[in-house]
Amino acid sequence: MNPRTVFIEAAYLLASVLFILGLKSLTVPDKARHGMQLAAVGMLVAIVGTLVNHEIVTYGWIMAGLALGTVIGWPLGTRVPMTAMPQRIAISHMFGAVAATLVGVAEYWHLGNGARVESAQMAALGFEVLFGALTVTGSFMAFGKLQEFLPSKPVTFRGQNLLSIAMFAVGFGLFVWLVVDPANPAAFYAMVGLGLLFGVSLVLPIGGADMPVVISLLNSYAGLASSATGFAIGNNVLIIAGALDGASGFILSIVMSKAMNRSFANVLFGAFGAPPPPSEKTSQGLTARSITAEDAAIQLAFAKLVIVVPGYGMAVAQAQHQVRELAQLIEKNGGSVLYAIHPVAGRMPGHMNVLLAEADIPYDKLREMEEINGEFKNADVALVIGANDVVNPAARSDKSSPIYGMPILDVDQAHHVIVLKRSMNPGFAGIENELFYAENTSMLFGDAKASLSRLVHEVKQA
Amino acid sequence: MSPLLIEIYVFVLAGFVGFFVITKVPALLHTPLMSATNAISAISLVGSLVLAGADRGGVATILGFLAVTSATINVVGGFIITDRMLKMFKRGDKKEKAR
Repeated sequence: MNPRTVFIEAAYLLASVLFILGLKSLTVPDKARHGMQLAAVGMLVAIVGTLVNHEIVTYGWIMAGLALGTVIGWPLGTRVPMTAMPQRIAISHMFGAVAATLVGVAEYWHLGNGARVESAQMAALGFEVLFGALTVTGSFMAFGKLQEFLPSKPVTFRGQNLLSIAMFAVGFGLFVWLVVDPANPAAFYAMVGLGLLFGVSLVLPIGGADMPVVISLLNSYAGLASSATGFAIGNNVLIIAGALDGASGFILSIVMSKAMNRSFANVLFGAFGAPPPPSEKTSQGLTARSITAEDAAIQLAFAKLVIVVPGYGMAVAQAQHQVRELAQLIEKNGGSVLYAIHPVAGRMPGHMNVLLAEADIPYDKLREMEEINGEFKNADVALVIGANDVVNPAARSDKSSPIYGMPILDVDQAHHVIVLKRSMNPGFAGIENELFYAENTSMLFGDAKASLSRLVHEVKQA
Repeated sequence: MSPLLIEIYVFVLAGFVGFFVITKVPALLHTPLMSATNAISAISLVGSLVLAGADRGGVATILGFLAVTSATINVVGGFIITDRMLKMFKRGDKKEKAR
């Protein structure tokens, strides 16, 4: 082994160790930032190590790519607002998958369009471009839905699942054929094309509220594509980093699916199609009570414990700063404020936590569902801001409800529930929410940000 | 032992390490976790660099250039945004002291 190879391998080993330490640091919020900075150093080490690789003879295109990538990546890191984090993450899965797919295609092309590819390497290349291609288009679709230039409602048509399954089967068939006989460019490029199509058909029927699962799943695929790249070009650090990413995305998908009490298959293929007819119970002439900001403020001003339940509506209204302002006033009056975070509140795992942290709300007040559910019975007020399905008691009691069995936040056990909501329109999938008609619930209608500003104003007066 | 077998060892063991480390990450940090793993898996930049610089002909070089660009976007953007997020998570008691 010559000194250059030793240097490169040592750089990769160091990078791998720093990556693992970086992820480990995320288990302790206070150490996370430092740990991830170390991981960034690891990345730099790996890049420097690679640049001395003997195969690299020209640096022009490398420098151009690094420069262009930095110019695009910099604002994506510094400028994107926290409310846009889900689509930001979705598009980054696309970039990662684009890199993996292009490397795979170029490798195949370079090796005589498969003529000099062995079966084992072909299997790696096949995984790489198949997972890569479907992640490219799948992530772009997810990005489009989250950015709302594509319809965020599920798009379904007859025979859709059949078509998806057929595409997957044919793609897999081509994969097997290629492993047996790698020198088959037509099959290879057809497989790439099919992967791209499959990505579209995978995400098309998935609605906004199911995005946390899909983003996690795409995260996992992007990681696996990176790992497969490592196999294809014989590079361990790629295998390791890809495996870490794949494991992370996989775990998050499971956590998200559990939080919705649904299986992967159900999320992917069982899109809530047409909104179900409103359930019988809520059609029986029940009316929701609306409350004025003034009255709501009085309840809040004298509350000892207020539990805030944020949802996607808070993100849309960008109301997190007003939430903090209100909480500070309540605390000044001697009350305490906690935040109940449902795992699938928002459009991606941990979405609400990031928004509240951005508004300078200390993270020790953000509580997970299991931790906070016992507290609701002690709460004077539960303040629901733009959350709907995650507080719907039908999940506990109504067997006919599409969300029956999903673990929810037990807000209805609080003495008073104040729901901030735009209108009485049912939320995603048109599921009616009994909570809004309950004895102890009052509705404060209007834009979340405007309502919170009014509450802040009124609490100051109270 | 063949290189492929070693690679499979590495993959499986790294997957286990990932599994055990990541199951301990609190839900609080799931968004930064996702952006962090995304930035880390942009290590595929390493493969792209070789492709862009190995002079394997026009097609490979152009694909390599595009791959380097895509991966660099994730490296630069990914680590910056992860840091930006993690910077925001503060404990209540510490903040009191800082004031």
